Amino acid sequence: MEIPRHWRLKKQRYALVGEVCPHCDAKIFPPRDVCPECGDEAKTLFEFSGRGEVYSYTTLSNAPAGYQASAPYTVALVKLDEGPMVTAQLTDIGEQDVEIGMPVEMVTRKLRSEGDDDRGMLVYGYKFRPMELQQLAAAAD
Amino acid sequence: MTDVVIAGIGQTTVGEHWHLSLRELAYHAIEAARLDAGGLLPQSLFVGNMLAPNLSGQAHLGVLIADFAGLRGIEAYTVEAAGASGGAALRAGYLAIKSGFVDVVLVVGVEKLTDKVGPEVDTAIATSLDSDYEAVQGMTPLTQGAMLMRRYFHEYGVPQHALAGFPVTAHANGASNPNAMFRKAIKPELYARVGMVCDPLNMFDAAPEADGAAAVLLTRADLLPPDANHTPIRIAGSSVATDTLSLHDRPDPLDFRAARLSVGQACLQAGLAIDQMDFFELCDAYSVYAALTLEAAGFAERGLGWVLAEEGQIGLKGSIPISTMGGLKARGNPIGATGLYQVVEAVQQLRGVAGNNQIPEAKNALIQCLGGPASTAVTHVLTVL
Repeated sequence: MEIPRHWRLKKQRYALVGEVCPHCDAKIFPPRDVCPECGDEAKTLFEFSGRGEVYSYTTLSNAPAGYQASAPYTVALVKLDEGPMVTAQLTDIGEQDVEIGMPVEMVTRKLRSEGDDDRGMLVYGYKFRPMELQQLAAAAD
Repeated sequence: MTDVVIAGIGQTTVGEHWHLSLRELAYHAIEAARLDAGGLLPQSLFVGNMLAPNLSGQAHLGVLIADFAGLRGIEAYTVEAAGASGGAALRAGYLAIKSGFVDVVLVVGVEKLTDKVGPEVDTAIATSLDSDYEAVQGMTPLTQGAMLMRRYFHEYGVPQHALAGFPVTAHANGASNPNAMFRKAIKPELYARVGMVCDPLNMFDAAPEADGAAAVLLTRADLLPPDANHTPIRIAGSSVATDTLSLHDRPDPLDFRAARLSVGQACLQAGLAIDQMDFFELCDAYSVYAALTLEAAGFAERGLGWVLAEEGQIGLKGSIPISTMGGLKARGNPIGATGLYQVVEAVQQLRGVAGNNQIPEAKNALIQCLGGPASTAVTHVLTVL
């Protein structure tokens, strides 16, 4: 069940909370407490905007246990506007083609289910969806 | 300084060994290696394995295998570094001999995948990723390979099917390796026709994971039996380097930094430049990894590793032969055992007993196995003593 394990990560999973280095201002996600840029301690929390673009992606059919219900699904490396990259599924894609460089934004979705028919614990967390045109315009302002 | 030599080698075929258990597989390779070494008695056993705790419900492989192999009492434990476990176990054995504390070391890589099937196996293999930030998103090693391949094509404007030369070469070489899982050559036209596994990665871009075990006996040069009838092979360089565990933490995911560092360190120790290597057993778990590794090691400029494949330079008669006995793609990928298969095959080449796959007068071998997308890279240089 691993309940504490998922609970512990709630800030990251639901709000994309990472860290900012107080020494060199590097933005860090996932949080790692030691700044990968300058090597100093970095424990100051920082909430990311959730916006970014697709660095690369693929679509998987043979899903591991707990993920078959959503297969086939698209996973991506998303480069966040603040700098770091994050691994996440893409969602709400509809009919459109995914492309490298496509602007995306974070949403909260079900990641996996433990046990059959969703009767076990459900794990929620971030996925990314394509940004709408009006959102793109708003983000540009 | 003490020269560490490989005194014996052994391997099983790679494939679906329904009739053999984990311990029996390991024993077959150990038995062959000990026979080959002419009676040297090991005092330490290092086991390279990744999946036994997950897929066989079995940890504690050191004592399991030592006891089963009739070596009860000796020092024995597992070394784990995902797909680099075998190379890491060899490294542990090398250090043990080099330290002077141990005279004879047995190193075995073993993996038993086929007792489970489907999603359970995919889940177990995905434990090599960051569980909290990669695997939880439904990522697997296959998706890492596919995403790197897409980015590689995007960033360097690589033509479609440009990686075909990697599996075509691997299969051509695997065809005459009696221990290979796939012993059938394939034509480039077929590469262009097969189905996608994980777009843009097709069926031939991904090595098959399967059961297997391979073993070597290490000792000091002065302890080799006087009647040893093999060319002694020396471990001239040994290096392990790590990168970030996750792809997303890398400033440039197409730079296999750990692969680059460990090749550099192993070559420096051996006093050899890469252009003095007669062949390179590398990790072609995905064909793009072979391209990225050739670039990281310095055999090609960034973005041009695929050209070596296209021009036939990686074939047995090329400037830098790779996967000379089939590589992971055709010999098969028994994950934690792969690093030991590479060593066994390199020793065959250096002894001059590689049959149809023999590289004439091979003297220096470069060998590298990877855990994940070069999250761990283990490199060894072998030379004829």
